[in-house]
Amino acid sequence: MSSLWEYANPKKFIETAQRVLPWVAGLSVICLVGGLAWGFFFTPDDYRQGSTVKIIYLHVPAALMAINAWLMMLLASLVWLIRRHHVSALAARAAAPVGAVMTVIALATGAIWGQPMWGTWWVWDPRLTSFLILFLFYLGYIALWAAVEDDDTAADLTSILCMVGSVFALLSRYAVNFWNQGLHQGASVMRAGALAGDTQERVSNVFAVPLFVCIAGFVLLFVALVLLRTQTEIRARRMRALMARERMG
Amino acid sequence: MMPELGKYAATVLSSYGISILLLVALTALSLRRAARVRRELAAVEARRKP
Repeated sequence: MSSLWEYANPKKFIETAQRVLPWVAGLSVICLVGGLAWGFFFTPDDYRQGSTVKIIYLHVPAALMAINAWLMMLLASLVWLIRRHHVSALAARAAAPVGAVMTVIALATGAIWGQPMWGTWWVWDPRLTSFLILFLFYLGYIALWAAVEDDDTAADLTSILCMVGSVFALLSRYAVNFWNQGLHQGASVMRAGALAGDTQERVSNVFAVPLFVCIAGFVLLFVALVLLRTQTEIRARRMRALMARERMG
Repeated sequence: MMPELGKYAATVLSSYGISILLLVALTALSLRRAARVRRELAAVEARRKP
């Protein structure tokens, strides 16, 4: 049986990514287009929120991926720090802009949704604030990679930053449970009994099923983009190494 | 075909517009950089060959 560590070999990673990428990308397009069209065109309005409930198909998957992208970066950073596999450090680097865009979508759709529902675009609520800090961590992480010339040093420093930022990634998920205050509601989708039995303040199946299709689409899109961007980072690293060798004669 | 969005039409449509634009831009930029780096690496590798 092949080991997971085989993919630490850049050549093997690129070969596998090239084989898998078209399937993952195709599935993500099917799920995204299907889920968003289903949610937008074929679901009813909510009795309290009216047609704004359709924003759930973007806001929830984007927020979920903003947090999970950072956790994926944390895992990849730990692999780099412990085993020194370059591919894992480059995968973390590749995932950061994708996670940052997911965070912007979650923040923007949240503000647009909050205005008519809460009467304000923004409030310093624990979940919103920790999400904004997570976004700043994404920017800092991307900037740190760009600022340090030596790849290994950059990977070390960004891995440490990633570990610190993980506190806010987790806080943005669980802040509503720690602090019983703020406008943002608690979990109503990813909750035990949310799809069966528990009828109290859960998301109805009419909305939940297309929402899960959209979540699958966002997850697959994230995987596809990280596979593509990691290949690019591997090639860019090889190019820098070859050019450095050229300069040295 | 277009659903009746009522007084929240601008809210819903702007959310979809911004999100789709960001996702398409991210994908397009990732594809463009992938193609550019692949081309540049091929050129550097070609220079090394005797």
